[in-house]
Amino acid sequence: MSALSVSYAILFYFAFAILVGGLFHKIRQYWRTPTPLKIATTPAPVTQTGVILRMASEIVLFSSLFKSNKWIWIFGWMFHVSLLLIVLRHFRYFVDNTSIIWFWVPLVQPFGVYAAFTMIIGLTGLLARRILVDRVRYISSPSDYLMLLLLISIASSGAMMKFVSHTDIVSVKAFFSGLMTFNFQPLPGDPLLLIHLGLVATLMIIFPISKLLHAPGIFFSPTRNQIDNPREKRHLAPWAAELEAEKAK
Amino acid sequence: MADFEVPELKETLDIPKYVDGVMAHSAPYTAKAEFQEALGFPGELPENWQQVALEKMTDLRTRYRSFQVYLDICVKCGACTDKCHYYIGTADPKNMPVARQDLLRKVYRRYFTFAGKYFPKLVGAVDLTKEVLDDWYSYYHQCSQCRRCSVYCPYGIDTAEISMAAREIMDSISIGQKYCNEILGKVFVIGNNLGLPQRALADTLEGLEEEVEEDTGVAVKFPLDQKGAEILLVPPSADFFAEPHVDGLIGYAKVFHEAGASWTMSSYASEAGNFGMFIGSYEVMQKAALRIRKAAIDLGVKRIIFGECGHAWRVAYAFLNTLAGPFDFLDPRYPVPQHICEYTYDLIQKNRLKFNKSENDHMTLTFHDSCNVARATRMGDKPGGQFDIPRAIIKAACNNYVDMPADTIGEATFCCAGGGGILTDDLMEIRVKGALPRMQALKTVSVEDGVTHMAAICAICKSQFTKVIPYYGFTMDQIVSVHQLVSNALVLTGATGENDSSENDEGNTEKE
Repeated sequence: MSALSVSYAILFYFAFAILVGGLFHKIRQYWRTPTPLKIATTPAPVTQTGVILRMASEIVLFSSLFKSNKWIWIFGWMFHVSLLLIVLRHFRYFVDNTSIIWFWVPLVQPFGVYAAFTMIIGLTGLLARRILVDRVRYISSPSDYLMLLLLISIASSGAMMKFVSHTDIVSVKAFFSGLMTFNFQPLPGDPLLLIHLGLVATLMIIFPISKLLHAPGIFFSPTRNQIDNPREKRHLAPWAAELEAEKAK
Repeated sequence: MADFEVPELKETLDIPKYVDGVMAHSAPYTAKAEFQEALGFPGELPENWQQVALEKMTDLRTRYRSFQVYLDICVKCGACTDKCHYYIGTADPKNMPVARQDLLRKVYRRYFTFAGKYFPKLVGAVDLTKEVLDDWYSYYHQCSQCRRCSVYCPYGIDTAEISMAAREIMDSISIGQKYCNEILGKVFVIGNNLGLPQRALADTLEGLEEEVEEDTGVAVKFPLDQKGAEILLVPPSADFFAEPHVDGLIGYAKVFHEAGASWTMSSYASEAGNFGMFIGSYEVMQKAALRIRKAAIDLGVKRIIFGECGHAWRVAYAFLNTLAGPFDFLDPRYPVPQHICEYTYDLIQKNRLKFNKSENDHMTLTFHDSCNVARATRMGDKPGGQFDIPRAIIKAACNNYVDMPADTIGEATFCCAGGGGILTDDLMEIRVKGALPRMQALKTVSVEDGVTHMAAICAICKSQFTKVIPYYGFTMDQIVSVHQLVSNALVLTGATGENDSSENDEGNTEKE
């Protein structure tokens, strides 16, 4: 095992721990923080089923964003769907092709390939807006540009390995399978691959400490996930109930 | 007329290029120490105010999921940047919803996030300084908490939640707004925002009875503090005397009269409004809300109905059950509370009201959806009833009705620019400028459809519009109450007593 393979192994264990641990911490925090008042943005669904549909349309179709701004919607949605397809494509590195859950992995491969281009187009569109629209430029911090550049670099380096300079993907799969089974295998020393993986690890590390928290966060957004039934059902947060009990004394 | 530039109404509504700091000078008067202390806030800025403010921020983050989540998850996509009426009217970039949130978010990041602690410049995190605090005071009082931005945010981030939290944080270090906090003082001492004592109310209502009888020949009652009445009506206190609010109150009374209902108002809870919401304080809001519960119990009523007031309806519809419930002592057949529009609408549905629509023929109406009603509440059983029911009432009472452009009504409605504690003379500039989008829409239907009057169901909208529309070339009498239209057209069937027999079955939808 080369020093390179060892350091990438350590990097990915570290990145994975930060990603999972960090998300666990933030999700627990959101979960545990009460919602003392009913603040659904109305018109809002009056049933649980309705809320599930509302959330689904937000998460799958970005429906509020669609209402808001067609350019952000088209670029943002294009990027996110592409990202999903690409992540699914990458399961081929983590799923054993003799296992029973392998069957769907080959099916998504062709979509994942071309998603690299739509992902780059979407991200570039978002970056262009950030630079060109005065209002968006005003609200942007360096990290907002860097985040887009990071994602563009990940997509480009990945696409280059597919379309320009192939890497030894069988060894890559062996390396990651090895990480999962503690049966360590060397990682090919391909520069493109090392850049790609280094950037992905960076993304994993910053995920739980950045605005990427919008991914779990949207599920906890009270304006979207509350049922509009305050008159029918009394809503009381634990601390509000305590306050009430104290007053009653 | 004004010592600032009034925006010009053009053919269409333009989204301005931003101009840094143009509204930085706008800030309301601060409340005196005695008013702060009366609400349980400190009267003097503590020496360690930064620490106190940050502790308050943590307190709120652990008590309000909305606050914690919304501080974390904004991606700065820019979808909200052209949605705020104050940004459209002023071009100050800190009036873009995301930038307004960022005033607080950048401090949150600095003290409570890894990136902000170690790489502040990278993520735009800043220390909590006096300058930042001044920005907070200025720009969190240029937000009417109307929630238009939250409709368009892909995550539903609600700037109202942030601005409420910001105001509560500022109150925790003695910096409160004079207008809101002095009004809350009046509610707790006297019972309403305007400080009208029982005697004055009784006189006013007596005067209204005489006026209506003179006008119509029918003795329509305006009962006050009548024990054993069936319905407690809680109107915003502006309904007692302001124009056009009072014409709305006359409308409610006529509707009750026609329904043969037994109803009363309360001098103790003579205020539907609850400015506790504006300052973000659950405790203050609850204290004000509990007055309504107490009045309902003391008077022995069976139902509670709210008058035309936007934020009041939000507190009533969405929060009252939480703050002052459960209301198991009221008649379970009716939702608690109800809106006067729901009540009137049900009577219309049951053909219990007769209108002579031609009484309103001198007007062509449009309807302004009040922000809080539109985006924070409902009327009736179905989502969107808050849009349909008031319109149905207007159409039942008027022949000529036209909606404003679709992207300025319903859930997309533009705030009147006087909500959220902004309705004070020391904020006149932001009030006038923020009204631009609504004025533009009104102009469109005035020119294209001959609209002459705009109806509203909110005391703040009515007060705000009557004050600011002259700046845009309209006249203040072009603003009317929805129940004023009802009042104009409602055919009163007879003298009191005729309807006594129907007292127990007066029309209304039962709770489903």
